[in-house]
Amino acid sequence: MKDTVKLSVEIAGVPFKNPIIAASGTFGFGEEYHELYDVGCLGGISSKGLTLHPKDGNEGIRVWETASGMMNSVGLQNPGVEAFIDHGIAEMRRFGNVLIANMGGHSMEDYVTGASMLSEADIDMLELNISCPNVKSGGMAFGIKADVAREVVTAVRKVCRKPLIVKLSPNAENIVEMALACEEAGADALSLVNTFQAMAIDIHKRKPVFNNVYAGLSGAAIKPIALRMVHSVCKQVHVPVIGIGGIYTAEDILEFVMAGAAAVQIGTVNFNNPMAGRDILNNLTQLCQSEGIADINEIRGIC
Amino acid sequence: MRYFESEVVANQQITQDIFVVQVKRNGAEAAAGQFYMLKSWDTELTLMRPISIFKAEEDSLHFMYRTVGQGTQRMAQLKAGDPIRLLGPCGNGYPVAEIKGKVAVLGGGVGIPPLCETAKTLQNNGVEVDAYLGFRDVLFAVEDFEPYCANIFISTEKGEEGYKGFITDLLKPENYDAVLSCGPEVMMRKVAAMCAETNTTCYCSLEHRMACGIGACLGCSIRTKSGMKRVCKDGPVFLSTDLMW
Repeated sequence: MKDTVKLSVEIAGVPFKNPIIAASGTFGFGEEYHELYDVGCLGGISSKGLTLHPKDGNEGIRVWETASGMMNSVGLQNPGVEAFIDHGIAEMRRFGNVLIANMGGHSMEDYVTGASMLSEADIDMLELNISCPNVKSGGMAFGIKADVAREVVTAVRKVCRKPLIVKLSPNAENIVEMALACEEAGADALSLVNTFQAMAIDIHKRKPVFNNVYAGLSGAAIKPIALRMVHSVCKQVHVPVIGIGGIYTAEDILEFVMAGAAAVQIGTVNFNNPMAGRDILNNLTQLCQSEGIADINEIRGIC
Repeated sequence: MRYFESEVVANQQITQDIFVVQVKRNGAEAAAGQFYMLKSWDTELTLMRPISIFKAEEDSLHFMYRTVGQGTQRMAQLKAGDPIRLLGPCGNGYPVAEIKGKVAVLGGGVGIPPLCETAKTLQNNGVEVDAYLGFRDVLFAVEDFEPYCANIFISTEKGEEGYKGFITDLLKPENYDAVLSCGPEVMMRKVAAMCAETNTTCYCSLEHRMACGIGACLGCSIRTKSGMKRVCKDGPVFLSTDLMW
């Protein structure tokens, strides 16, 4: 067995030194976690979800612990595309890994305008969020019906010269049809899944916990469902897939890669262990060695 | 800011639902009004729990907490020698270096603990401190304030101990250069309004549900007069005049 394990992967022509990407919305623009460890060790970072105009996000409770996971209803609080281009990109560039700008929208016009601005900026990839469950009349609305998604991805593709990832919602009517529609519309890669629409009720107050009533469920609880969705999408599409959903360990990463994922994103686990990115990366190298895996790409899609 | 494993020195039950866990400090930093994210579990629970610094001693940190949910109930089971994980120190504490003269620290319920380390620091800085401590029924931590305070005022809701009623009834902000407050929002709103009337500087330390604790996830954002702020990173202490309530 070789001493070194090859963890590098390529997605839409973009080289990643390893398949671990910090998931949008859990990692800000990287600077807070960079106080704890060199976040440049990760393959890449997907920025906090941007919108064309700045957003204050949702009122009321925004995070809630659930069995083996959590729910959130942050509501895309962000400084807007312009502020990100002026300040955020330089912050993220110093880490030296793949810079993915994640962007959601409220309307077709917002998506197109934001995407064309980001396409001109110094980002490596654009991750189009058509899957945020926490913003009314937008976000996930584009991620439910394949025809609506096809329309927005087609329009963004026309103005986007950067590699385009489309982030899918598990709340889609049919995740495989959704994936195929996005691929046909010009997505260079797909990432899935975003959070599951879910609910919690405060029985003492006799009211929903979240002002928006529904919120997004993430964490270990969703991992087996996310894995199934990644597996079924990978069987049908030709573009690379980034697996997301309750990944807490190096073993989880191997599961997603064996299911067909080219890379993964880690989100909720960062809250359980703020060093998770670094720790899982170290464990992944050891695990590949003990499993006799010389190159992580050799096990992709074997299941 | 560090994430590290430490060891429980003691975990003492103070009242039916108030505990103090003392952990080895291992050189960790701590300032009055800051907090740590704590966890005594692996992934059985998802989130760490924000707990304020009750006392910072040379070799240990003390965290006083109320058992309200799954996390704090697990913490209540801790025994000497058990491992515990800490992330911190988080947030900005009270601006103790800027505070001069005579000060009131006013706390309600489980908002009382961070004011103890604050009173100690202020007294070390030559500030005269009065403590106003409001309880539901059973007292705790009062003796911990005694070395640092010129006067201690106590209230309970039904008058079991001290004044019967709310602790804010006893406060005269005009007697102080600043009021430092922590506790239920309804109490801090009252304090802020009283201080506004007398033009007394007032700081409030907010409690909020948090996920990351370091400013990344925006799970604890609040609207202030100077825009959206993260309680974990920009707070938890805010000037009362910056808050919108």
